[in-house]
Amino acid sequence: MHARLDRPGLLFAAIGLAGLALPLVQFKPNRIVLGEGMTLAAALPLGMPLALLLAAVLVAGCWRSSAAWRLIGAVGALVGLVLALGGSAGHLTPPDNTLARVSPSTGFWLTGLAFALMLADAIGRMRPSLPVRWLLLAVAVGLVAVVLASGILDGVSVMREYAARRDIFLREARAHLFLAFGSLGLALLVGLPLGVALHQARRLRGPVLSVLNILQTIPSLALFGIMIPIFGWIAANVPGAAQAGVAGIGVFPALVALFLYSLLPVVSNTLTGLTGVNPATREAATGLGLTSTQVLTWVLVPLALPVLLAAVRIVLVQNIGLAVIAGLIGGGGFGTFVFQGLNQTAMDLVLLGALPTIALALVAGIALDLLVEATSRRPKGT
Amino acid sequence: MSDMIEIRNLTKRYDGVAAVDDVSFTVEAGQIAALVGTSGSGKTTLLRMINRLVEPTSGQVLIDAEDTHNLPGYLLRRRIGYAIQGHGLFPHRTVAQNIATVPRLLGWTADQIRDRVDELLTLFQLDPAAFRDRMPHELSGGQQQRVGVARALAAKPDLLLMDEPFGALDPVIRAKAQDDLRHIQRQLGTTLILVTHDMEEAVTLGDRIAVMDKGRLVQYGPPSEILTAPATPFVRDLIGMRERPFHLLSLTPAHAIAVDGDAPGAPIARDASLREALAECLWSGRSAVPVEGGGIVTLAALQAHAAPTARAAE
Repeated sequence: MHARLDRPGLLFAAIGLAGLALPLVQFKPNRIVLGEGMTLAAALPLGMPLALLLAAVLVAGCWRSSAAWRLIGAVGALVGLVLALGGSAGHLTPPDNTLARVSPSTGFWLTGLAFALMLADAIGRMRPSLPVRWLLLAVAVGLVAVVLASGILDGVSVMREYAARRDIFLREARAHLFLAFGSLGLALLVGLPLGVALHQARRLRGPVLSVLNILQTIPSLALFGIMIPIFGWIAANVPGAAQAGVAGIGVFPALVALFLYSLLPVVSNTLTGLTGVNPATREAATGLGLTSTQVLTWVLVPLALPVLLAAVRIVLVQNIGLAVIAGLIGGGGFGTFVFQGLNQTAMDLVLLGALPTIALALVAGIALDLLVEATSRRPKGT
Repeated sequence: MSDMIEIRNLTKRYDGVAAVDDVSFTVEAGQIAALVGTSGSGKTTLLRMINRLVEPTSGQVLIDAEDTHNLPGYLLRRRIGYAIQGHGLFPHRTVAQNIATVPRLLGWTADQIRDRVDELLTLFQLDPAAFRDRMPHELSGGQQQRVGVARALAAKPDLLLMDEPFGALDPVIRAKAQDDLRHIQRQLGTTLILVTHDMEEAVTLGDRIAVMDKGRLVQYGPPSEILTAPATPFVRDLIGMRERPFHLLSLTPAHAIAVDGDAPGAPIARDASLREALAECLWSGRSAVPVEGGGIVTLAALQAHAAPTARAAE
């Protein structure tokens, strides 16, 4: 039998091989100066054979093969790559040197990207059922947790930044989650009833949606800028406002900004979901004697649920990302590290803020995608 | 016992323009009234005012002499069956749950509901064991339509309203569905008001036909009267010149004009309409056909019955 070439595989190989040729890590005498790049082959005693092994996986991926093999190859390679990163950190840092830093470099990110793509492609081809996909997500999260807890990566710069501010990190993580989920909760609390109301009051749709649209186009930094004087004035002049948490900077304006950005997706999806319900279905529901509340809760909301969950997904992923900006106005969250890092030109500190943000957004996005799918192909009897 | 429906001076205006203009008529208990008209004639608005999906601008609807305005709209609607074109089944609920909608609203027990669902499915020739737990999208168009009507009848309403109930069905299934509906309606004795734009459907099903034009009721009477004595040129147009004799023949069953005698060939059913008898004569080249249970129908008798003069003399 003639083995045929696999086009996505070729692309992954091109990315991955380029990654292997580029520096895997940067070795820096301290956390601020620019360092010296080292390829995988140069960074580890066994670097060369490992690099060849990874290259072999990439090249093998260029030919058609079963998705299961690709999955195993990609997972194995990712684990190998992470171990190599941890190992080279331990290997390159001189003992007792607390200033030197080993950070992941272009090569690591590119090779990692290639294998991550290969992994996603393999999973996509296997068309796993919904429960299996939930399981895969849980396994992936678990694996990352195990790797982080094992200490393999403790020598890597980002983890050393983490070790130096463990308590603060946990506090900012909580703040970040509070900002993202809190603003989502507020947006649902206001947006769902607003969407329902607009569904009933056709005339208000245009104006309200226009206002929300305009809000959405204000750049986040500008919005913060506008809110500082407004909330500052309110806090200073309205009795009780400051005690209630209103302030020009800090958590309050950050939460308000994220809430405002969330309103449009929630309101417009609520509206889309409700108007998407077949008019005959609604007519029949009313005609059979359901009250307007019953029409909403028995018929409209269940039928609009996939679209509503899609809104939750958009808002949650958007807000996990946007919450970084809160770091700029003292609102806390992972953005704190990002902006501290930028100020100190310490890229490792920036990564300490950016990586968990990306991971959170990714997990939230995938989890909600699975939820949307579960509700749109509704099983019998529900 | 079924209810008598009285509609008194019912009017609906939208921005001053009358969609339904001062309509009055009465439907006797257990009868079928067909509201016919072109689109925009106000027939659907009239129907929707009976269960107050549309609130009348003025006028009254009385069910068994009781003004429907004395009840909140949703409670009134739970007492009146309602089936529409495109069935409007809830796509996220099973057949059984769909049918159980109104009984559930009325607080029936689970046992009562289950028994009623099975009874209705059987009545509509759907095997309960096979259909109870199916989702609407797993049914054919004809089955969906039957479930839609079964749902409308679930809480044993004395009055059933239907808006173009067969509009989405193909002709073969439609004829069967009309037949079934007629049987079920006779069996249950439900009063039925039905909207259609199809004069043939109105003639086939209606004990009374109400012809609507531009919001006004232009004629109300039994099908034979509408056919033989159309009140206005509009009614005549709606009937269609070419179809008149056939509509007329379809009103009378074969046994009604059967006379003693013998005729060759296969007999037609006692309840077959004269229209079917005529078709049979023409197609088989016979001048008379035998009727099951005795007697024959002659071509000459059919000819006489297809003309309005014969009707008028009756």
